[in-house]
Amino acid sequence: MTAMFLSFFVLGAGALGTALAGRTRVGRIGPFAAVIGAASSAVACLQFLLKGAGWDLILPWHVPMGSFHIGMDALSALFVLLISLVGALGAIYGRGYLGHDPEKGRVAMSWCWYNLLVASMLLVAVARDGFLFLVAWEVMSLSSFFLVMFDHQKDEVVRAGWIYLVATHIGTAFLLVMFLLLGHDGGLDFARLSASGPVASVVFCAALIGFGTKAGFVPLHVWLPEAHPAAPSHVSALMSGVMIKTGIYGILRVLIFLGEPVSWWGWALVVIGVVSGVTGVLFALAQHDLKRLLAYHSVENIGIIALGLGIGLLGVTAGNPLMATLGFCGGLMHVINHGLFKSLLFLGAGSVLHATGSREMDHMGGLIKRMPVTGATFLVGAAAICALPPLNGFVSEFLIYSAGFTGMSSGTAVWSGLAAIAGLALIGGLALACFTKALGIVFLGEPRSEPAAEAQESPLSMQWPMMALAILCMAAGLAAPWMVRLVMPVAAQLAPAAVNLGAVAASQEMLFRISLASLILISLAGAVFWLRARLLRHRSVRESVTWDCGYAAPSVRMQYTSSSYAQPIVEMFGLVLRTRRELEPPEGLFPTKATLHTHTEDLFVRGAYGPAVRLISRMADRFRWLQQGRINLYILYIVITILLLFLVCLR
Amino acid sequence: MQSPYDLMVILLVLLNFRLLGASQLGACVNTVAVQALLIGLLALLTPGVSWNWMTLMVVFVTLIKAVVLPALVRRAMRETGVVQEIEPFVGYTFSILIGTGMLVLSFLAVRPLQVPLDGAAQVLVPVTLFTMLTGLFLIVARRKAITQVLGFLTMENSIYLFGVAFAIQESWLVQTGVLLDVFAAVFVMGIMIHHINREFDNIDTDRLSNLRD
Repeated sequence: MTAMFLSFFVLGAGALGTALAGRTRVGRIGPFAAVIGAASSAVACLQFLLKGAGWDLILPWHVPMGSFHIGMDALSALFVLLISLVGALGAIYGRGYLGHDPEKGRVAMSWCWYNLLVASMLLVAVARDGFLFLVAWEVMSLSSFFLVMFDHQKDEVVRAGWIYLVATHIGTAFLLVMFLLLGHDGGLDFARLSASGPVASVVFCAALIGFGTKAGFVPLHVWLPEAHPAAPSHVSALMSGVMIKTGIYGILRVLIFLGEPVSWWGWALVVIGVVSGVTGVLFALAQHDLKRLLAYHSVENIGIIALGLGIGLLGVTAGNPLMATLGFCGGLMHVINHGLFKSLLFLGAGSVLHATGSREMDHMGGLIKRMPVTGATFLVGAAAICALPPLNGFVSEFLIYSAGFTGMSSGTAVWSGLAAIAGLALIGGLALACFTKALGIVFLGEPRSEPAAEAQESPLSMQWPMMALAILCMAAGLAAPWMVRLVMPVAAQLAPAAVNLGAVAASQEMLFRISLASLILISLAGAVFWLRARLLRHRSVRESVTWDCGYAAPSVRMQYTSSSYAQPIVEMFGLVLRTRRELEPPEGLFPTKATLHTHTEDLFVRGAYGPAVRLISRMADRFRWLQQGRINLYILYIVITILLLFLVCLR
Repeated sequence: MQSPYDLMVILLVLLNFRLLGASQLGACVNTVAVQALLIGLLALLTPGVSWNWMTLMVVFVTLIKAVVLPALVRRAMRETGVVQEIEPFVGYTFSILIGTGMLVLSFLAVRPLQVPLDGAAQVLVPVTLFTMLTGLFLIVARRKAITQVLGFLTMENSIYLFGVAFAIQESWLVQTGVLLDVFAAVFVMGIMIHHINREFDNIDTDRLSNLRD
């Protein structure tokens, strides 16, 4: 408890300090405060995880409808752990990333918002009162909005920022409705929130939309591919790895309020999960912008998490404890795992951006030779996100798979299990295609542009967080049986009746075998490397250019581009992706010039949001005459309003 | 017409009409200063106020409003070299007519409120309201930023008068708070006027409409 307060205090002081302090020192104060703050919140949640000492605290607070009520339980601890971990590593990385920015003013403000973002996310995770929760939620949205707007001179960044701001406020509007429905006799304290019957279903829908906007469920995901590329990379890592998970946290919290689930809630989550997962990964495949690609993968992974949770809920309603336990644990573990590997990938992308000054994959190539640490850690992250053993992504997806198989084999949830397995398989295959593309185009081959050829490894402060995350990815994969112990209490909180000792023991035994196999795999790989080093010890080793077998004059333009590599799959799913191609084919016997541009716009932006926004702005234009630009008139409006209110009151 | 108290209330109403009808900025500033002085006197004359440190407070507050703030406004006028003509959006005659309407409205509005006061103080509440409306009208219907500052000061006077009317003991405490606000506001407005003047070579607020999108 003390540690949590210390954390809030340090982060608040850091935010204030960077906003007020001179511009010379902020490069150090900002990250320092964020690291210390995150460390003390980590202590707070470790105290809970190791000793199991939950706490609950109500402070006097003179706000109508609210009380300053915070507390720590298994669900909060899980998210606090993730927030502190990525928050601290992102801050260390950000110091190097923003270190050479000539505009010290905006760097200072960026650190202020960063500290506020970490603090508000922590508050979201520990708040136990609806009003406090909404305040923290709003601070979180606004501080991340300002972080996205870091490069506010660029038009596309401003556009991304506005899209994000609108999306997040639509979400908050639904959350307001949801809390009003949940609240009874004026109070919004979490202990008293509840709903039953049809109201519970309405609340669940409001939560799905409200929290789903933050989490990035399709079709509410449109802000993700805009905001994540626009933000500085350590912020993208924090936002994508952690902040969107607060949406998942919210849904879980609401499920606890609602008690006994209804089976269509589980189905809703499964469908959302499969749709988000498949659409996310398909659109990721069609991107040329590295960070945009990663942003679409966040949509995909949020889909996998939703899928796991949905299967868990269906397991509860079908009375299948093993399926429920495996589903919940898989989804919850994927929250942590995705937080780790997605932040790692965004940090890697940031490192590439820092070195080459571009996010365009077609301008890169061969970077693994110039940036070995970034390349190796990105490889680990890519393998993890593709759910390859022995990394952490594999374990959580494996749990969801086995939940699906359990449902099918026991005959209690055949169709949902089938949907989960088919969906996950499709997602997994496409993700693998997508990351062979990202890794291959960016890190392998020959550099396609001047900056890529001259790229240098990032400073140490940027390498350390990437290495730490890569190690954590491997460790979390190997330590899966212990990881499952971390998320089990949360699953028990969600479905007290379904999660029993038998189910826990069954899943743990399975995970032990996986860990053993992973260990063998890693030691085999180590043995192969050792053998190679031994065999080469007394021989001369010669390094040559990338293609040197049979090519007379290899040119970098002979390589696959990001579009050509993905082309077969993009064609296959052309119906969904609707990629636009501007093709100028080679003509004549001796063709001189040919060009091809492909561009894949988001299906929902073009089909749904674009027309809606145009309609609204056309309606809003009709009120333009109110805005005359004269202070006198504006004050007149206020006066008229006050007078009218006055007359209404008098009547 | 029983006492100087009544006389002063009537004078207040007349001063408001002068504010509405004056065509020169300087005259307006003087009127606001006199109004502040008058309200200060009213506060001292209110029955039930004993002579102690609160009196000092009243004197102090009155001095600031009647001397310091008008001086600040005059300085802003001098520095920006503003033309004395007020250039209203709403003509002077029409302003006075509207003023009459506002006076009637104030009396009508107060009637259902059942003010627990007797004698002259009962008239004080509608006059307070009238002064407030006058201030708002000045802000809305005049072009120059300086008249907006003056309107703001007039509104502040009316709030002060409201405290006097109810003779609330803590009103002095509230009053100092409000005064601090006004002081800061006049300061900020002074700076703003200066900057607007430098940017636009003019302090007509309707030039600011260039800034709208």
